[in-house]
Amino acid sequence: MTEKFETHEHDVIVIGAGGAGLRAAIEVSAMGLSVGLVCKSLLGKAHTVMAEGGIAAALGNVESKDNWRVHFRDTMKGGRYLNQWRMAQLHAMEAPDRVNELEQWGALFDRTADGRILQRNFGGHKYPRLAHVGDRTGLEMIRTLQQHGVHTGMKVYMECTITRLLGDGDKVSGAFGYWRENGRFVVFRAKAIVMATGGVGRCFKINSNSWECTGDGQALAYLAGAELMDMEFMQFHPTGMVWPPSVRGTLITEGVRGEGGTLRNKDGKRFMFDYIHPLYASETAPTEEEADKWLKLSVLGKGDKDVRRTPDLLPRDIVARAIHSEVKAGRGSPHGGVFLDIATRRSAEDIKRKLPAMYHQFKELGDVDITREPMEVGPTAHYIMGGIRVDSETQESRVKGLFAAGECAAGMHGSNRLGGNSLSDLLVFGRIAGRCAAEHAKANAAVKVEDEEIDIAAKEALEPFSRDRGENPFAVHEDLMNQMQKYVGIMRNAEDLAQGIKEVERLQETARNLRVEGNRHFNAGWHETIDLRNMLIVSEAMARSAAARKESRGGHAREDFEGMDKTHWAKVNLVTRKKKGADEEMEVEEVPLPEVPPEIKKVLEEEG
Amino acid sequence: MGDKATLRIYRGDKDGGEFKDYEVELYPGMVVLDAVHDVQARYAPDLAVRWNCKAGRCGSCSAEINGKPKLLCMTRMTAYAPGEPITITPMKAFPIMKDLVTDVSHNFEVAKKIPPFTPKPRDADGFYRMQQMDIERVQEFRKCIECFLCQDVCHVIRDHDRRTDFVGPRFSIHLANLDMHPLDTLDRRDMVKEQFGLGLCNITKCCTEVCPEHIHITDNGIIPMKERVADEHFDPVRWLLRKVGTLEERRRKATAADAGPEHVARQPKFEETGALKARTKAE
Repeated sequence: MTEKFETHEHDVIVIGAGGAGLRAAIEVSAMGLSVGLVCKSLLGKAHTVMAEGGIAAALGNVESKDNWRVHFRDTMKGGRYLNQWRMAQLHAMEAPDRVNELEQWGALFDRTADGRILQRNFGGHKYPRLAHVGDRTGLEMIRTLQQHGVHTGMKVYMECTITRLLGDGDKVSGAFGYWRENGRFVVFRAKAIVMATGGVGRCFKINSNSWECTGDGQALAYLAGAELMDMEFMQFHPTGMVWPPSVRGTLITEGVRGEGGTLRNKDGKRFMFDYIHPLYASETAPTEEEADKWLKLSVLGKGDKDVRRTPDLLPRDIVARAIHSEVKAGRGSPHGGVFLDIATRRSAEDIKRKLPAMYHQFKELGDVDITREPMEVGPTAHYIMGGIRVDSETQESRVKGLFAAGECAAGMHGSNRLGGNSLSDLLVFGRIAGRCAAEHAKANAAVKVEDEEIDIAAKEALEPFSRDRGENPFAVHEDLMNQMQKYVGIMRNAEDLAQGIKEVERLQETARNLRVEGNRHFNAGWHETIDLRNMLIVSEAMARSAAARKESRGGHAREDFEGMDKTHWAKVNLVTRKKKGADEEMEVEEVPLPEVPPEIKKVLEEEG
Repeated sequence: MGDKATLRIYRGDKDGGEFKDYEVELYPGMVVLDAVHDVQARYAPDLAVRWNCKAGRCGSCSAEINGKPKLLCMTRMTAYAPGEPITITPMKAFPIMKDLVTDVSHNFEVAKKIPPFTPKPRDADGFYRMQQMDIERVQEFRKCIECFLCQDVCHVIRDHDRRTDFVGPRFSIHLANLDMHPLDTLDRRDMVKEQFGLGLCNITKCCTEVCPEHIHITDNGIIPMKERVADEHFDPVRWLLRKVGTLEERRRKATAADAGPEHVARQPKFEETGALKARTKAE
């Protein structure tokens, strides 16, 4: 039988070729199965490349007291205990092996004096824990995986966008997409699929994300019958660039603070001392003297239990909200941020050596020499803790054969991710998802791809070409980013969120009438229409979950419900899914957190 | 404010095309990629341009601005004289797909042909030990963001179209990275000369000039590699040793074989570190 469209068949297909997707595909290959890796961009350009500060793993090279139990505890505490405990445990236990494996594949991390992998301090990590390469750790990771991966027999489909997963709602059978170059359709048949598509940052006006981060994996899985979870938890990274407008939101690594940088308001005050969260009070330095002493000792690997950490390195949600409050109180910098000072803290030579990309970035894009002047920084939409709801052991969603790993999956980070835990997340769960997808493919026959499904997907993709008049997709996207920033941003309340939901619904209506000019050949406007459908789904899930959670926790801050609620909200995750039935509306449901077993509770209560 | 600039963008595909002028409004800090995006949003929604990070990290938005290979996202509009149109064309050394997008797939094919990193075994206690000063040169090569601007400007590829004879500057520094990596055990010098054509490079240093990461491609990568290849092939003592096959070389190959049966497609073998041992204890 001849196929209507170009068709490829693999045991497993992996969608997304950042750290998680590459690691998953490497695992499937290593298990001797055929794997196709499908990505929207060229290989090696995924957003992983932007990760700067490092990869968190309790190697214990700088501080020998570090081990998985401390890392696990830090992760749970950073996530305000809303994490799926088993994922946080697997992550903390396996991260060191994944880092060593990268080294085995050629990654060259910065070294300690005795020649081992060096580790640096980061927010919320009790000990220096982040293996790093200057401030370009993500590049090192993706290039290492890419160079290792292309020799393992995986087939890479570059610049290919998936628009629909195929299947019957309970099982997946493949995926449907188009080649960006010529717009021709392509069908993938597979026994299992791993989603590894990354984040949703492009839903917000001020964000640190690349064009690809449009919630594709979350939306595709949602449409295919999977559930999303924790979608209210959006991490606003405290330090994005604020000036000039061209680079507003571009990330400044937390490594700047890890290397000694401090936050100051317009009066020169180190304001973070006023925002020490009670949860962290016992381990945070209350004075500048103690904070500076800690830094000095810690960089040398000489931690002292009587000297506590600087509040500049509190977890990201706390620092982002502190900056937001300072600016709101009129103590901000000229362009609506605060100052981040490394110039007076480290020598010019140190700064250029430890933070070369930051030096370069500010010099070329911001006309600021960070070895001489402070940077202006403010919060930027950076990372979503929520995503596809998966089983903690296997990374499988409730749709059989559909797995997810990395940022597009939920559960590992709870309500707030610690810096450095994303790169390790990609490797640990990329590998697990790859392994379990391969096992699934070994144990199950392929599900038949129905012609009708393909026809529907093709028709949907081409619809915007059929109109003589209609909306400009770029204008609709711009509108969405502004509404999400305004109503579902860093500080939320019931009224704004209700408005936010209305705005998203309005834009969903508008998006039914998008129009594309030109032909299917590398047509940016057309590509935007498909990304928009996905962004509108995840935006709705974010707004609805945020409206439902009546407390402030991690990446979800409510002006009308300050503080964490211990009695109810501490015990539930919010799940969003498509309602069964004709209207297919989105529903939000509370589900109880899994019970933490006693031996794990003990680990959480340990000291050290 | 309110200042304007004209972008003269090549619109076309493999069958030909033409320049089109677009007027954009300038704002502070604006880079050429911002201007191209404004054109896309307002006048030409089907304009093709690659980009990802918009921070000079991913190397996607390579093109030629007034004939010079550059990253669109790292080039400020203020770098150009007001009143003069800014001309943007796709990279010349690669076949055009559409507008500013070129077919760079050849680079990914070349990458596959280079035998991968092949590490020596770990120390007995499970660590690899390297001094920072010994890896700094290699780390410089590993800064490469694969924008392929160096490939675009390389005379061997751009003017003489000998891409099948020479891997180009990007892969020359990848080979240098492997050769100088303290853990790598595979000798690729014969391939560097014969298969990968390093001899064709005549060291005009154009690649170094366009590198947005400021990697000293020629001085630190290509020239030392040429010397190492020359040593191997033209030093009479080495030539003899190579013919006879030294004990050291045999030992080197034996240890490489220990690390894994082949250098491709194998899971690494290494000591389980503390964390996995701890895991077994906890469960």
